[in-house]
Amino acid sequence: MIRIGRKTIAAALVLSLASPALAEDTVKMGALATLEGAFTVLGEDGMRGVKLALEEFGYSAGGKKIELITGSSDASPDSAIRATRKLVEQDGVQILVGPLSGSEGLAVKDYAKTQPKVTFLNGTSAAQDTTLRQPAENFFRFSTDGAQWMAGLGEYVYNEKGYRKVAVLAEDYSFPYTQVFGFLEPFCRLGGKAPVDARFWVPIGNKDYSSVIAALPDDVDAIYVALGGADAVNFLTQYEQAGGELPLIGGSITVDQTVLGSKGRTRDFVVGTPSAGPISDTWDNAGWAAFVAAYKKQFPDGFPSPSLFAHGYYINTKAALLALDEVKGDLSDGGAKYRATLAKLEFETPTGKVSLDERRQAVADMFLTEVTEGPDGNLLNKTIKVIPQVNQTLGVPYEEFLKYGQVGRENPTCE
Amino acid sequence: MAARSLFSGSASFAERHPAAIAVIVLLLVYPSFASDFFVFQIGAYSLILGTISLSLMMLAGYGGMVSLAQMTVAGFAGYLVAILGDNSVGVMGLGWPWWVTVPTAVLAAALLNTFIGAISVRTEGIYTIMITLAIAVAFFYFVRQNYVIFNGFTGFAGVAPPVLFGVDWRDPLPFYYLSLAVAGGFLWAVLHGARSTFGLSLQAIRDNPRRMRALGYDVTLHRIAAYFLSGLIAGTAGVLLVWFNGRISPGSVGVDIVIDILVIAVVGGLRHPIGPFLGAIAFVLLENFAIDLIDRERFNTVIGTAFLLIVLFSPDGLLGLWNRITSKVRLGRRAQLGARNEKRDGRHPAGSLEGT
Repeated sequence: MIRIGRKTIAAALVLSLASPALAEDTVKMGALATLEGAFTVLGEDGMRGVKLALEEFGYSAGGKKIELITGSSDASPDSAIRATRKLVEQDGVQILVGPLSGSEGLAVKDYAKTQPKVTFLNGTSAAQDTTLRQPAENFFRFSTDGAQWMAGLGEYVYNEKGYRKVAVLAEDYSFPYTQVFGFLEPFCRLGGKAPVDARFWVPIGNKDYSSVIAALPDDVDAIYVALGGADAVNFLTQYEQAGGELPLIGGSITVDQTVLGSKGRTRDFVVGTPSAGPISDTWDNAGWAAFVAAYKKQFPDGFPSPSLFAHGYYINTKAALLALDEVKGDLSDGGAKYRATLAKLEFETPTGKVSLDERRQAVADMFLTEVTEGPDGNLLNKTIKVIPQVNQTLGVPYEEFLKYGQVGRENPTCE
Repeated sequence: MAARSLFSGSASFAERHPAAIAVIVLLLVYPSFASDFFVFQIGAYSLILGTISLSLMMLAGYGGMVSLAQMTVAGFAGYLVAILGDNSVGVMGLGWPWWVTVPTAVLAAALLNTFIGAISVRTEGIYTIMITLAIAVAFFYFVRQNYVIFNGFTGFAGVAPPVLFGVDWRDPLPFYYLSLAVAGGFLWAVLHGARSTFGLSLQAIRDNPRRMRALGYDVTLHRIAAYFLSGLIAGTAGVLLVWFNGRISPGSVGVDIVIDILVIAVVGGLRHPIGPFLGAIAFVLLENFAIDLIDRERFNTVIGTAFLLIVLFSPDGLLGLWNRITSKVRLGRRAQLGARNEKRDGRHPAGSLEGT
């Protein structure tokens, strides 16, 4: 029984040591990413993005030193909230960058409303409603959402590829819903079809796609696939083995480096797959090249090219630091002035200019890409087109955009 | 409340643990010197996890039945609170008042556990573990794929306790005392229940079911009744858990957290109902602070190693560690004080096993 007492006393001691008045010349910044669970590798790359930005500023901004405190979640909203609460309430961070995954972002946004003096910046979570419906005053997203990432893809496959009817295969949660919506909305507006009974929703981590492959209709022109990481590799391998011949259209993380780097005949099979997203590996641009070079130099054990997770965390961290510079490190008013500065912030990222709309959601350039074989035999995403300054409502006025309804399995219906 | 266990017929407990009063006082005044974070996320969360583990300890320690479905039962109660009460997701949320929702959820959870018990009581040991694990996994996949009632992967958010007597029970302080009252109440109930006729026959069934059957006891019925009672504990804790998180999703009843409950009970010690609470405190502290001790890529290794060391050096968990230290101290004292105290000391080892 005394053990409880000891623990409680120990806890009290930790507490008294951990919460002395903040030193005048440091700002505490928290970073939250998935360092455990299915998305560990992605979370680690997100953390690389945070460090890349901090290194660029020499771990100081606005005359204050930045103290980085990291937190970890496992992609579930519960764990994200627990980690966030620890960073904010125990470690006392004034600025928090994260989280990584869609449903986590929705949860952290809700939590942000209870901590009005702390400034939250998104990591890479890309669910639409994090900023679209009931946004939090102190939650900023300098990265873009899953529907923005799809900008231009629907028009491209309708006009250039000539697809008229597609099947859909995606994971069953908020981020792929957002991606499917972003792809289908323009595609269906042009007259394309994606029957609801040809949409297949699989759980994350699904291994066996044979039933899905058997149920794919014959009369579609292509399959839109929004799967990530191992799920994408599993599907592509099995579809190829089953003798599938339909062309593919990729979601933002379906044909990224983790998939293209895999061995086997799948490689040839995905050549020509169009996709879209916030980055393009091969974009011929000085800013992007410098970003890739800095990433490779600082993290020799990272990916061959920074993933969109490193990119998203980098941009959000950089925004936090730039605004801190602008207010000269002054967070004494609970960060009110700091947040006003953030809301007006506009800066050049490795992928072009980014600014915020009135719901603190980024407006940025998007990249339309297509998988091609590089000169050394590696598969690469070739940049087809840069779509400038895509906003969250995809060019439609806010009120009208809300009428499309919440993203989900049957939105848009597209019959 | 835990305090009552001291004064209501549990004299031997107080006698054996004079520190108990100090701990109870400490738990009561704890919020006065701890920050909100420590009151809510460490304090209340430990109490809730401890209560769920207590329901497992009761089955495993007194009944000899290790069920991995206790978190599932708690999660079911949590889901029912979100489904029958209010949530912000727009799926279900029938809007029943809390005084209907909460008893319904707890009772339904207890009935679910009775059902699980009915399926699994005829098995022993590892087979019970496998059947209950299968049920836990099935429940996890069911709620993840059912969209009409359980809202699939997303689950429910915006679940809050009622505002009652002008108190918002989600505030750290009231919520801590609510959790403390529930945990203390069930701890007291289990301590007392263990000495009741039912508790004693359950322990006898654990030790020798064939003999008990020969004596005319309905072994199966006793075991199923134990499942019902432990379902009441797990269900109540599940209601607190959904209020604590404000949300529930399949991740809340996933396989890893199901196993965490077993880890908590084993690390704390299965021989006394206080064990699960010790385990929960150790678990929550490690879960929150291991990341500060070491490189962020390795902190799960620290958590695993700590638990491994505890189980390695003390098969009875933290509780066994404590008993071992005190018996060592006693041995030393006995050598010093000589024969005068031998009689009193001789009673202690037996006393420390009481209630197992």
